[in-house]
Amino acid sequence: MIIEATGLRKDFTVRRKVGRFRREKHVVSAVDGVDLAIGRGEILGYIGPNGAGKSTTLKMLTGVLTPSAGRARVCGLEPVAQRVTLARRIGVVFGQRSQLWWDLPLAESFSLLRHIYKVPAADHAARLKRCTALLGLDEFAQTPVRQLSLGQRMRGELTAALLHGPEVLFLDEPTIGLDVLSKQAVREFLAEVHAAGEATIVLTTHDLADIEKLCRRLVVIDHGRVVHDGSLDELHARYGSRREIVADLDAAWPGLTLPGAQVTAVENDGRRVRLALDGATAGEVVAALAQAVPLRDLSVQEPEIEDVIARLYRRD
Amino acid sequence: MADLGVYLHIVRAQIRSQTQYRMSFAIDLAASTLISALDIATVFVLFSVSGGLGGFGGPAVLLIAGLSALAFAIADAVFGNAERLRELVRSGGFDALLLRPLSALAQLLAVNFAPRRVGRVVQGMVVYGLGLAVADIDWNPARVLLAVVTPLTGAVMFGCLFIIGATVAFWWVESGEVANAFTYGGRDFTSYPLTMYGGGFFGRFFAFGIGFAFVAYLPALALLDRPDPMGVPDWLRWCSPLTAMIAVLAATALWRVGIRHYRSTGS
Repeated sequence: MIIEATGLRKDFTVRRKVGRFRREKHVVSAVDGVDLAIGRGEILGYIGPNGAGKSTTLKMLTGVLTPSAGRARVCGLEPVAQRVTLARRIGVVFGQRSQLWWDLPLAESFSLLRHIYKVPAADHAARLKRCTALLGLDEFAQTPVRQLSLGQRMRGELTAALLHGPEVLFLDEPTIGLDVLSKQAVREFLAEVHAAGEATIVLTTHDLADIEKLCRRLVVIDHGRVVHDGSLDELHARYGSRREIVADLDAAWPGLTLPGAQVTAVENDGRRVRLALDGATAGEVVAALAQAVPLRDLSVQEPEIEDVIARLYRRD
Repeated sequence: MADLGVYLHIVRAQIRSQTQYRMSFAIDLAASTLISALDIATVFVLFSVSGGLGGFGGPAVLLIAGLSALAFAIADAVFGNAERLRELVRSGGFDALLLRPLSALAQLLAVNFAPRRVGRVVQGMVVYGLGLAVADIDWNPARVLLAVVTPLTGAVMFGCLFIIGATVAFWWVESGEVANAFTYGGRDFTSYPLTMYGGGFFGRFFAFGIGFAFVAYLPALALLDRPDPMGVPDWLRWCSPLTAMIAVLAATALWRVGIRHYRSTGS
């Protein structure tokens, strides 16, 4: 396991005003006993609503925050105690915290980072060349970072995080605020990095397309606790999201029961019926339908991940 | 210290960043040169008018003022940027420093390096050089060494104060200007002979509790070969390196604890 966490917890003391001068202390657990085991080469989506504890977890795994309790190991190292050694072996993109020099051209940040991470010149050049090709950095490499668009800057940040050849890449909302094209570029780039088997990737996101395109495994966190750890399909299975057949009929729905399917709605004066697949295949249900009623039109709808996640978040 | 080259790269990048704004950089530089020149003029005027302070003659007072000014200027140039920590802790920008494979403290100093502060060092050197020239010093090897080392030990002590003052931000983000009472206050305190403050509690606390007596006053007594009117033992005058070391231990210990209390910010 390249990343391991057991019972990881982070408490914050919050002072709330009571009355005029008095303040009451409250302890809030931003992360409340998280267990994680992530293998080398995995690409994992770490998701949850705002304030669920995603960023706090990443900050504990990268050595920025000291855990209140529990144990974390990344690349076999203890993040806070061995922060400097670990920093050489991980790459981090925290959307709001730039690693770039604001007033200098992007290219200068890259060469500074080469000195900071003590990367051999040849390795650095090779990685930079690859990132330049994949992310189209040429156009703006000589532009001061403060003049870059958000999408350009994010491409710069991703490159900065990869130039030292990290074993693990932590990305905190890498696509937040980007336009469609930039999002796509970032996703394709990450997929490519993952396919090349260079780094284990952990990313937090609110963008469900990121998850569908990139993440084989999802860890969903809410109120500081892990509420789901598994594949997207497992998430659907567990929270009862099913594929649905929508059939438009030439006559009113006669109110049949079909084996392995469940009628979830009858609409349009009985001329449209929705059936959730409950064990049967789409083919079986369609065949049974075609025998029983005059079919006009038919579509199969995949479950919406938004719905599943929204339902997950609402469970308190 | 093996990383010194890396920090120099960061400092150079910082200077390049500042020179991006040419006009602002030029005005900054001109203003600080002017202020330095005026400061030196003020010192001259003061010492040509007043005969002396706290039982010390003009040349001795100038020597003490020069030692204090040079020590403070070096500390300000190297460690003064530590005060930016408060801002970085509040904004969460400190994260970025913790994510790099370098000492966070050294980065804090290098990343915020302000070239204009170096001008003050030159000013300090002028005043200190003048003090050494006009004071009646019976030179021997030990005194030469003391004259060279004292501005550095003083700078280390002020530097530790800068760091301790900044570190408070890990617990108390709204610490505001409290730390300045000790750093800038310390500069003013150490500029004059200790005898001026009398033997009250605060005088003693600042002089020996915090160690300000070791920045300029006690080493100056050793240079001048004068007894202390307040009866401080002679051997203490040579102890500035020791007090500087204690300050370094205290500052690094506090920093280590403080960094574990860093809370970052939500993002």
